[in-house]
Amino acid sequence: MALITYRDAVNQALAEELARDPNVFVMGEEVGQYKGAYKVTRGLLEKFGPDRVIDAPISEAGFCGLGVGASMLGLRPVVEFMFWSFCYVAFDQVINNAANIRYMSGGLINIPIVFRGPANGGTNVGATHSHTPENFVANTPGLKVVCPATPHDAKGLMKAAIRDNDPVFVMENTLLYGNEGEVPEDDYVIPLGKAEVKREGTDISLIAHGRCAVLCLEAAEALASEHGINAEVVDLRSIRPLDEEAILESVKKTNRAVLVEENKPFCGVAAQICSIIQEKAFDYLDAPIKRVSSIDAPQIYSMPLEKLQIPSVDRITEAVLEIA
Amino acid sequence: MSAKPNTETPEEHDVAASLREYAKKGINEGIDNKTRLDYYREMVRIRRFEERSLRAYQQGNIGGFLHLYIGQEAVAVGCVSVMKEDDHIITAYRDHGHGLAVGMSMNECMAELYGKHTGCSKGKGGSMHYFAPDKNYWGGHGIVGGQTPLGAGIAFALKYKKLKGACLCFMGDGATNQGPWYESLNLASLWDLPVVFIIENNGYSMGTALGRHSIGTPLARRAEGYDIDWSTCYGHDVYEVRHNVGAALERAHESSRPTVLEIMTYRYRGHSVADADDTYRTKQDIQDYKNTKDPINLFHDHLIEEGIADEDTLKKINEEAKEEAEQSAKFAEQSPFPPESDIQADVYWETDNPDERTSEGTLFFN
Repeated sequence: MALITYRDAVNQALAEELARDPNVFVMGEEVGQYKGAYKVTRGLLEKFGPDRVIDAPISEAGFCGLGVGASMLGLRPVVEFMFWSFCYVAFDQVINNAANIRYMSGGLINIPIVFRGPANGGTNVGATHSHTPENFVANTPGLKVVCPATPHDAKGLMKAAIRDNDPVFVMENTLLYGNEGEVPEDDYVIPLGKAEVKREGTDISLIAHGRCAVLCLEAAEALASEHGINAEVVDLRSIRPLDEEAILESVKKTNRAVLVEENKPFCGVAAQICSIIQEKAFDYLDAPIKRVSSIDAPQIYSMPLEKLQIPSVDRITEAVLEIA
Repeated sequence: MSAKPNTETPEEHDVAASLREYAKKGINEGIDNKTRLDYYREMVRIRRFEERSLRAYQQGNIGGFLHLYIGQEAVAVGCVSVMKEDDHIITAYRDHGHGLAVGMSMNECMAELYGKHTGCSKGKGGSMHYFAPDKNYWGGHGIVGGQTPLGAGIAFALKYKKLKGACLCFMGDGATNQGPWYESLNLASLWDLPVVFIIENNGYSMGTALGRHSIGTPLARRAEGYDIDWSTCYGHDVYEVRHNVGAALERAHESSRPTVLEIMTYRYRGHSVADADDTYRTKQDIQDYKNTKDPINLFHDHLIEEGIADEDTLKKINEEAKEEAEQSAKFAEQSPFPPESDIQADVYWETDNPDERTSEGTLFFN
C-alpha cells in the first residue's frame, strides 16, 4: 500500500469517480486552473477538462444551488466549499433545497450531490473561517454527513459519498491535509455510517470524529504510558448515518466515555451521542459522560489562545483523568 | 446586445388590437383553431380549479398558505405551450397554474392541497411544493428566489447532457431583490446556460407595490449588467406571451444563451388568500384590471370575434372545468390522509430502497 497524504487520498477518490461515471463533475472556487485552494483538486482539470472540473466564481449560493438543480436531472455534482464556513451564505440552497426537495416531492426527485471541503479551526483565521457545521447538517433530516480522520477513510468515504443517491456533506480538515497514511491504490469504498475502533482499549471509550479522533489516539498513548489507562478510541467517521452500535458496544465494554469534538458544546454532535448512551447504556456507565468540545465562544484569532479553545491532547487527557 | 424594452405605457395600450396583432405574428401564425381553443380551456381550468380551492380553504379543508394565480393564467399557459420535449420548467410558490398547464391532473393537485396521500407529493409538499418531474416540472419552491439557482442548474444539466433543451425559471417581481438571482444571472451568462428567467411581475412583492420595493424599471433591465438579452411584454395576452417566450427559447436552443423576460401581469387575490388585501391597493384597482385586461375574457372575446368558437362552446368549456374542479374536490375529500408511518418515508433514497442500501448505521433518531 502506498503512503500518501490525506489531500492526495481525496484527490484520488475524485479522479477515480470522475473516470468511473461521466455524470460526476467537480465544481467550486479555484478547483481547476488554480488546482484548489488547498491543492486537493490538482491535476483534475488537465485530466478531465473544463466541462467536468469547473471553476466557479465566488458565489456559493449560486453554484451550490446550481449543483442541486443539476443533480435533480441525474448529474452527480461534487461541489467544493473552500471552507465549510462559507456554506452559510448558501444555507438556503444546501439546507432548504438539497435536504427537502426529495421529501416535498413525495420521493419523486433525488438529489445525489456531494458538498465537500475543510471544516476546522486551529489555523488562526478567526471566527468567520473556523466553523464546524457538522452538527447543523446532521440536525437536518435528508442530509448525510461524514468527517474522515485519515487518508484511508477520506478516500473510501469520498467515493461512497459520490456514489450515494442522497446529498452527502463531506467535512475535511486543513490540518489533516498533509497527514500521511496507507491508502490502497485499488477501488474501495467505506460505507457511510460505519465507525471504526482505531485503538482497542478496556478502561474508557474516547469517541470522536475528524481530527479529534487523531487527537484521541495521541491522548490514548499518553494515558497508557503515563497513567496506565488503556483507552479505546472509536472514530465515528460518519455523523449521519451514525454507528450507534459501535458507540454502545464500546461503552458497554469500558463503562466510561469521553466524547470529543471540535463543535461548540451547545447541541454539538456529542450532545446527541450523550443522549443515546444514557438512554441505551445507562446501566453500563460507571461514571458521568464527559465532553471535550471547543470553548464556547466565537473562534478566537490569537494563536496561543486558539490552541486552548479547540480540543487538545491535554484537555482530552484531563477529562479522562476526571472519571477514570 | 439587449432587446428593446416595451416602452409603451399601459394607458396607450389597446389590448384588443394588440391581441389581434399578436394572434397573426410569427409563432402564432397558422395555429389551428383546436389549439387556440385549448389555450382557452387551459386558462379556464386553472381559474376554476383555483376558485374551487379557495372555497375549500374557506371551508377549512386546506392548511397553511394558498397563493392563487388568478389573473395570471395566460402567462403559464402561454409559456408552457411553447415548450418542446427537452424544455423544463421550475417556479416559486404560486405554482398551481404551471402545474395544471404542464398536464398535472386536478385530482392530484387538489388532493395535495388537502394534505392527502393521493396528492402529487403525497401530501408532503402542500400548495407551494407541486412537482411533476415526469412532465419536466421541477417545483414548486417556497423560498422567494431560492429556485433561481436551481433553474440555472437544470439548464446546466441539459447543456452537460448535450440536449437541445432549456429551462424556464419563473419568479415574481419580489424575487428580483434576492441575491441568489444575481448569482444565477452571472453564472448563466458566464457559462452560456440555456435558461429563461421569467419575471411574472404582478405589481406586488407580497403587500409592497413595485414602486416601493424596487428602484429601476423595467426590472428585466437588470440583466444588462450581465450581458443578458432581456425584454418585457404583457401577460394578459396568451399570444404575446407565446411570442416573447418563443423568442427566448429559440435563443436558448440555438445559441445556448440566457434571457430575462419580464411579463407584466396582475393577481386578483392577496399574496396568500388569508392575507389582508386592502392595505396596499383598492378594490377598484383590481376591478379596473379585470375590466380591461382579464386574460380569459380577452381571449374569450377574441375566439368569438374570429369565429373560432361560439358562446355555447365556451360556456361548455367553463362548465366542464367547473365540474372537473368540483370532482377534484370530491376526490380530495374522499382520499385518505397519509399513514403516520409516511412521516419518515421519502426522506432518504436509501431508506426508501432498503434492498439497495449501501450505508450502515442510524439515519433516523427516534
